[in-house]
Amino acid sequence: MSLDRRQFLKGMLAGSASAVACTPTRVEARGNLTMPPKAMGLLFDSTLCIGCKACVAACKEANGLPPEFTKPDDVWDTPLDISGKTKNIIKVYRHGSGLTKDAEVDGYAFMKHSCLHCVDPSCVSACPVSAMRKDPVDGIVSYDEKACIGCRYCVVACPFSVPKFEYDKALPKIVKCELCRHLKPGDAFQYPACAQVCPTGATLYGPVADLKAEAQRRLALKPGSEAEFPRGRIGMAPGDKTADATTWASPSQKASFADSHVARVPHYLQRIYGDKELGGTQVLKLSAVPMAKLGMPELPERSFASVSETMQHSLYGYLITPAIVLGGLIIAARRNVRPEEDEAGQAQENE
Amino acid sequence: MANHAHPAPAPLGGPFITPLAVNLALLIGIAGIILFLRFLFGIGAVTNVNDGYSWGIWVVYDVMVGSAFACGGYSVALLVYIFNKGEYHPLVRPALLGSLFGYTLAGASVIVDLGRYWNTWHIFWPGYAQVNSVMFEVAVCITLYIVVMWIEFSPVFLEKFGLKQIRRRLSRWMFLFIALGALLPSMHQSSLGSLLVVFGTAINPLWQTLLLPVLFLMTAITVGYAVVVFESTFSAMGFKRPYELDILSRLSKVMWGMLLAYLAVRVGDLVVRGAIVEAFRPTVVALMFWLEMLFFLLPAWLLAKPANRRRPNILFLSAVYLMLGTFLLRINGFLVGYDTGAGWRYFPSVPEMLVTLGIIAIEILGYIVLVRWLPVLPKHEAKARSLSDLTPLARRPAAGCSARRRGAP
Repeated sequence: MSLDRRQFLKGMLAGSASAVACTPTRVEARGNLTMPPKAMGLLFDSTLCIGCKACVAACKEANGLPPEFTKPDDVWDTPLDISGKTKNIIKVYRHGSGLTKDAEVDGYAFMKHSCLHCVDPSCVSACPVSAMRKDPVDGIVSYDEKACIGCRYCVVACPFSVPKFEYDKALPKIVKCELCRHLKPGDAFQYPACAQVCPTGATLYGPVADLKAEAQRRLALKPGSEAEFPRGRIGMAPGDKTADATTWASPSQKASFADSHVARVPHYLQRIYGDKELGGTQVLKLSAVPMAKLGMPELPERSFASVSETMQHSLYGYLITPAIVLGGLIIAARRNVRPEEDEAGQAQENE
Repeated sequence: MANHAHPAPAPLGGPFITPLAVNLALLIGIAGIILFLRFLFGIGAVTNVNDGYSWGIWVVYDVMVGSAFACGGYSVALLVYIFNKGEYHPLVRPALLGSLFGYTLAGASVIVDLGRYWNTWHIFWPGYAQVNSVMFEVAVCITLYIVVMWIEFSPVFLEKFGLKQIRRRLSRWMFLFIALGALLPSMHQSSLGSLLVVFGTAINPLWQTLLLPVLFLMTAITVGYAVVVFESTFSAMGFKRPYELDILSRLSKVMWGMLLAYLAVRVGDLVVRGAIVEAFRPTVVALMFWLEMLFFLLPAWLLAKPANRRRPNILFLSAVYLMLGTFLLRINGFLVGYDTGAGWRYFPSVPEMLVTLGIIAIEILGYIVLVRWLPVLPKHEAKARSLSDLTPLARRPAAGCSARRRGAP
């Protein structure tokens, strides 16, 4: 009987070892990933956007995406959201009479929705087959349909609901903005189509460091005064997709933009969306209306990917914990499983 | 404790074609037709999944809940082989068979939900495999466990085909596979909860916690016992076999202990994180939370009285409640408590549910066919009592039952 008790205690030990293994106590914290050295991105300024949707049309053209009909007469490309057919969309916020631009009350404002190219993306962390990758140099979050298994973990995990799926196809793929990384010299578009066609510079392309400096310049401007706003792209020589941030003149130096226009400075909210969210994104956003009202979620500074991977690594790092638990289980099982016992039935039958 | 004389497992025999089997086959056929359409016209043609709720019941029920309901083999093996509770040995084979089916189907049914299923092998291929992904861990672990379970179950086939030499050689190493069979579900059942961590604030605080792996693992083990009770009850009714009251009543005490431990962790976590306030908001999400908790609290209350653990109807009811609670924890975590932005809705379509029903039908039909054909269930004499003889058994003494178990002439 004493032997049995000892065996039972051994079993208990193995059992509690498994319980411990499943408790996230050992934390080899994996912090947020950091901005790649030559990160490229977009700056979207809601106050400059006039809702013309030229960027939506140009995105479809540059990416060979079909029109999407949501009205019964099928005469107009009318996407209501990003989808398997639409990688970029402008949505409007409206309140009350909806008369004043960039006013939270009785006003309206626009917001661009497309991939934010997170510094520490959830989709990349979630993908089991490396179909979602973040470029180590320019930081573009790309999708590889040749690798993809279509599990859609990226679709459900993305905090901005960006990756979309082709539910209506027998051989579907994931669809998301890849910052026009497929463009080649000589193409109709030289850089992300949404930025290239934007008539007011509401969507601006460039190195993230320059975009952030430009955003900070705008937030420092005096509301109501007149200022210069660049169009297209900033901070780089034409054709150079990965220009160094330092090659561009300081943003405080006016009239250094290749293409620009003068406009009245709006009442910006003092916040660069994407600067801190989940450890930062390569698409930055400015507005005069609270971001939450424009459909941008409030998010913590620690990336969800780092929380998830810290947990996984502390449980399974180098398979140490599973190996220890398995050792305990083998000891317990070896004592408790006897070959005869398995055949006891037969033995009894023969009696 | 070492020598428990149990009746040897033997094939049940009996007819394969019964009205039940025909109906199950019909359900499987319907699911097959729907899946044919799905592969021809895309997932959207037959399901209601959308870009807001890209995972529907084909993932959350068929895999998350399906594999949890297939934990009977794992939970009983833990008890018998790891905690050396030999008296539960007769439960091992039938529980393992249920697990074998549940897991193999959970694994196979993933394929129908994968958009680019022809690439599935990438998960296991160096260069594609992404080890930081929780999904990678789940997929590898479940696949390995299915292989391990087939090996664990192989003595049944070897017995059937009289391959005694191989069987004897295998049985010498069986402890290794049994240890793996205890490790792997501990890993992937907890990871099914970890899948939610990367969702971040999209998951309601009632379910988003770093203890998710612990909660999912504890409910998986607990529901493993519940499923054994559930299956034994149906097996007793359907095959007119004796109801293993003695052994199940003791099993229910283990189940009850696990349940209390789960409730302590669950409630403690909610209180410590302050997430419990979410439960008192006038929302559907809060209502669903309380429904989930109710299905865990009811069996905790029902099984508290030792006398209740000897009443088959109470045992069965508690098992069903626990299965519902486990079901709701997963449904709530992945669907109800998932806020994906305004405007998105999801409720499974009829064809979507018919496919899930078809998969359940395969499980039931396969179980019936195999226990009739292979030595799975312990052999019992025809005279043994059936469940209907036991109806007023609330007050039957325990001794009578254990005597019955051993007393086969």
